[in-house]
Amino acid sequence: MTVLQPAADTPIVSAAAQLPAEDRPRPLRKRTTDDVLSVIGSLLGSAALVWLVYFEILPLSGLVGFIVCWYFAFLAMYAGVTSLSHPRPVVTSRLMGAAVTAAALLVGFALFTVIGYTFWQGRFALPHLNFFTHDAAGVRVQDPLNHGGIEHAIVGSLIQLGIAVAVSLPLGLGTAIFMTEVGGWFAKVVRTVVEAMTAVPDLLAGLFVYVTLIVGLGMSRTGLAAAIALSVTMTPIIARSAEVALRVVPGGLREAGLALGASHWQTVRRVVLPTARPGLATALILAMARGIGETAPLLIVSGASTFMNANPLNQPMNSLPLYIFQGARSGQPLQIERAFGAASVLLAIVFVLFVITRFLARQRVGRR
Amino acid sequence: MLDIGHAPIILDEPPRNDERSLGNGSYLDAVNVSAWFGSAKVLDRVSLSMPPSVVTALIGPSGCGKSTFLRILNRMHESIPIAKLAGEVRLNGTDIYGPDQRVTDTRKRIGMVFQKPNPFPTMSIAENVMAGLKLTGTKLARSDRADVIERCLTRAGLWKEVKDRLDEPGGALSGGQQQRLCIGRSLAVDPDVLLMDEPCSALDPTSTRRIEETISDLMHDVTIVIVTHNMQQAARVSQQCAFFLAELGTPGVIVEAGKTKQIFEEPADPRTADYVNGRFG
Amino acid sequence: MAVSADLPRVIHPGLPGVDRVFHGSTRSIAVLVLVIFGSIGAFLGYQAIPTFHRYGLKFLTQHDWQPRLNQIGILSTLIGTIEIALVALIIAFPLALGTALFISEYAPARIKSTLVSLIDLMAAVPSIIYGLWGALLLMPHAKFVSRWLHQTFGFIPIFKVDTDPHAAVWAQSRYTSSAFIAGICVAMMVLPIACAVMRGVFAQAPLGEREAAYALGATRWGMIRSVVLPFGRGGIIGGTMLGLGRALGETIAVLLIISLAFDINFRILQAGSSSISALIADRFGDATTNQLAALLTAGFVLFVMTLLVNTVAAIFISRSRSGAMTEI
Repeated sequence: MTVLQPAADTPIVSAAAQLPAEDRPRPLRKRTTDDVLSVIGSLLGSAALVWLVYFEILPLSGLVGFIVCWYFAFLAMYAGVTSLSHPRPVVTSRLMGAAVTAAALLVGFALFTVIGYTFWQGRFALPHLNFFTHDAAGVRVQDPLNHGGIEHAIVGSLIQLGIAVAVSLPLGLGTAIFMTEVGGWFAKVVRTVVEAMTAVPDLLAGLFVYVTLIVGLGMSRTGLAAAIALSVTMTPIIARSAEVALRVVPGGLREAGLALGASHWQTVRRVVLPTARPGLATALILAMARGIGETAPLLIVSGASTFMNANPLNQPMNSLPLYIFQGARSGQPLQIERAFGAASVLLAIVFVLFVITRFLARQRVGRR
Repeated sequence: MLDIGHAPIILDEPPRNDERSLGNGSYLDAVNVSAWFGSAKVLDRVSLSMPPSVVTALIGPSGCGKSTFLRILNRMHESIPIAKLAGEVRLNGTDIYGPDQRVTDTRKRIGMVFQKPNPFPTMSIAENVMAGLKLTGTKLARSDRADVIERCLTRAGLWKEVKDRLDEPGGALSGGQQQRLCIGRSLAVDPDVLLMDEPCSALDPTSTRRIEETISDLMHDVTIVIVTHNMQQAARVSQQCAFFLAELGTPGVIVEAGKTKQIFEEPADPRTADYVNGRFG
Repeated sequence: MAVSADLPRVIHPGLPGVDRVFHGSTRSIAVLVLVIFGSIGAFLGYQAIPTFHRYGLKFLTQHDWQPRLNQIGILSTLIGTIEIALVALIIAFPLALGTALFISEYAPARIKSTLVSLIDLMAAVPSIIYGLWGALLLMPHAKFVSRWLHQTFGFIPIFKVDTDPHAAVWAQSRYTSSAFIAGICVAMMVLPIACAVMRGVFAQAPLGEREAAYALGATRWGMIRSVVLPFGRGGIIGGTMLGLGRALGETIAVLLIISLAFDINFRILQAGSSSISALIADRFGDATTNQLAALLTAGFVLFVMTLLVNTVAAIFISRSRSGAMTEI
C-alpha cells in the first residue's frame, strides 16, 4: 500500500500565505443580498397584486381585509421566489421566519393601540388642572370637564396601596425568607400553597374579604377593607418573586458568612438581603403595579365615594380603577372622557413603576 | 494490603491536655471521625493530628472525602440536613462538638477559605475585611479598624495592591486578589486555625504562587490545614501530608500520613506511591 | 486511646438564641400566610353546603339564573366561562408562541431586552385598561369581523347568529357584546403571561444542542424545530395553561364587554354571554343571603377550576427538561 506523501520540495505553508502587510479583519455577513431583496420584492409585489385585485377587481373594502390578503399573498410570493433557487428547508425556514415576525408585529401593534388609545382618549380630561385637584363631590354627570376631578380617586388609590404594601410586604418577605433560608419539608408545603394562591382570581380574594370582614364582622366598606383585599392578592406575588430573588444569591456567600462565625440571622441580614436588594425591590414594585390596577375586588369591597376621603377607617374611599369602571359603565360621554383621563393617570403610574424596576435591574449589573 | 489502622497519626509525643494550651499555637485533633450523608458512609474512622506551625495538606483523588473531612473540622458539615457524624474533633483538647460548645464560637476560632473566592459583593474591600467582625457583632474603635484592615491585608499579601482603593467593591478584583481578600477577611476574626479548601484550584499560576507565599508567611501564626488536588502544591507548601483514598464503594480513609518528604519520597503504602507518582489521579 | 463506637452522634447545634428567634418568627409568618390562604379555599367551599342543600345538584345543571323565581343554576355561566377562555386561548396561543420565538430566536441582540421588557409591560397593564380598550375601541371594529365570519363560515354552528348577515342594513347590535369579542380582549391579557414563560424556556435551550444542529447544516427553522421546540415543550404547555387559568378568572374586561345572558349559547359571535366572575361581580350587589351563598359557590367552582389548571401547568413545567430552571 502506498502512502501518499507530499512532494519532497512542497513547502508546508503555501506561498499565498505569506505574511500580509496588514492584518485587517474581514466582514462576516450572515444575511445575503438574496435574503434582503427577496423579502422586499415579495412585499412590494404582493402589495401591488392585492391592491389591484382587492380594490379594482373585487368589490371589497376595508383596510383590515386588505392587510390580511396582502399578508397571505406575500407569503405565497415569498415562498415562490425562494423556491426558485433554494431547497425546501430554506423555503420553510423563510416562511416560518415571516410568520413569526408577523406574529410579533401584530402583538406589538395591539399593545401600541391599547396604550395609545388610552392616552389619546385621555386628552380631553387631562389638560384641566381641576382634574387633579378637585374631587367629584357635587359634580353632575353632564357638567363640563372643568368641573370636578379625580383627586379623591388618586388619593384613595395611594392610601389603599400604602396600607396594602404595609401588610403584604412583611408577610410576603417573611414567607420568602422562610422558604429559602430555613427550608425543610414545611417550606415545600408553603411554596406549593403560595404558588397556588398566585393563580386565584382577584375577584375571589375580594369575595373572601367581603364575606368575612364586611358581612361576617360587620365592617363597613372602607378603604381599609379594600386595602386588605389588595394585600391578599399582593402577598403571594411578593412571596414568590422575593423567593426567586433570594434563591439567586450564591450559596457560597452564605457559607462564607457562616464560616466567619456569624449566626444565621446575621448572615441573612448583612449578606443575603443586601445582595438580593435589587431583586427584592423589583418584586415589591411589580406587586405594587399589580395592586394599584386591581379592579375586581374593589367592585365588591369598596364603596365608590364622590368626595375626598383620606380616612381608611371610616366611610367609603374611591380609587382609580373603581372610578374608571363606573365612568365607563355609565355610558355618559363626559363621564367616559373623565374615565379615560383617570385611565391615563393609572397607566402613567404603572409605567413609572415599571421603568423603576428596569432601572434597578440594570443597576445590579453595573455594580458587579 | 497494609492496614495502617485507625490510630491517630501524630508526629511527636502527644503533650497532655493541659500542656497543649500553653503552647504557642493551637492543636487540632480529629479522633475517629466518621461521616454519613443520609445512609451513605463517606468517611470511616479518620484520625489526624494537626499541630501548630505546620501546614498539613490533605491529598488524594477527588471524591474521597477530603473536603467533607475539612468541613467537619469547622462544623460546616452539619449545615446539610442529612449529614451525620461520629467521633470527636478537639481544639486544644476540647471537643468542638460537645453539648456546651456554640457553633458560632467554634467557627470564629476555626476559619475557612473556600475553593471559589466569595467576597461579599455589596461591600467594599475594607468592609469585606471587617465583615467577620461586623457579622459577629464585635465592635471596634474607628482607629483600630484601620489597623486591623492593614494588618490583615498585609498578612494576606494584598495590602500593597489595594491600599489606595479600599472603598472599591470587593467583587471588582481579579480572582487571585479576591481569594487573598477572603484570606484577609478570615484572618480579621483572629482564628487559631485556618482551613483552606482547594484555595488555588480556580486561579491562574501566578495567583497560585502568591497564595502559596502567603501560606508560608502565615503558618507560624495560624495552624493551617489545606486540601489540595495538586500534589506539587502539597509538596511545596506543606510539612505533613495525609493521603485520603476511597476505594470503589467504600468510605474514605486516610491510607497514610506523615512528613511530606517521607510521603513523597518513601511512601510506606503502595497506593500512596501510585498516587504521588501520578499513576492514578 | 479508646475507640468510640462508630455510630452517628447527636450533634447539638449550639445555635445562638437569635437564630432560634429568627427561625421561629419566619416560620410563624409562613404559617399565618398558609392559614389565610387555606381559609379562602375552605371558606368558599363551606358555602357550597347551604347552596347544594337548597338548590340541589340542579345548581350545576340548571342554566337559568332567576333569583326571584328561585331558579339558580350555573350551567350556562360555566359554559360561557369556558367559551370565552377557549376563544382567548385559540387567539393567544399562536401569537404568544410566535412572539416568544421571535424574541428568543430572530430578534437582533440589541433590541432583545427591550422586547422582553415590552412583554412584561404588557403583563403589567391593568385589566381595566384592556377592558376600556376592548369595549370602546375593539368592539365597534370587531363586529365587522364577526359579521364577516358569519358570512363566510356561517354554516359552522358556532358561527351562527340569529340575523341576516347579507342584509343591506345589518343588525349591528347582534354582533356586539359577544363571547368572541370578550375572548379577543382576554387574549390580550393571556398573551404576555404565556409568552413570557415560553420565551424564558426557549432562552434556556442548550447552546451545545443548537450548535450541533447548525453544524449538521440545519436552517434556522430546522434548528428551532429540532432543538428549541422539543426542549421548550413543557414551557409551551405550561405557559398556555397558566394563561388559561388567567382567562378563566378574568372579570373586568368581560364585564365591560358582554351583556349578561343565561341561555346555553354556543354561538360565540352572537350577543349575550356570561362568565362566572362576571356573574358574581354583577349580581352580588342585590343578592339575598341565599343568593350570596350561591354566588360564593359559583366562586368556589371557579376557584377549583383555576387551581386545577394552574397545578397541571406547574406539573408540566417542572417535569419538563426546561422546568428545573424556570420560574413561573
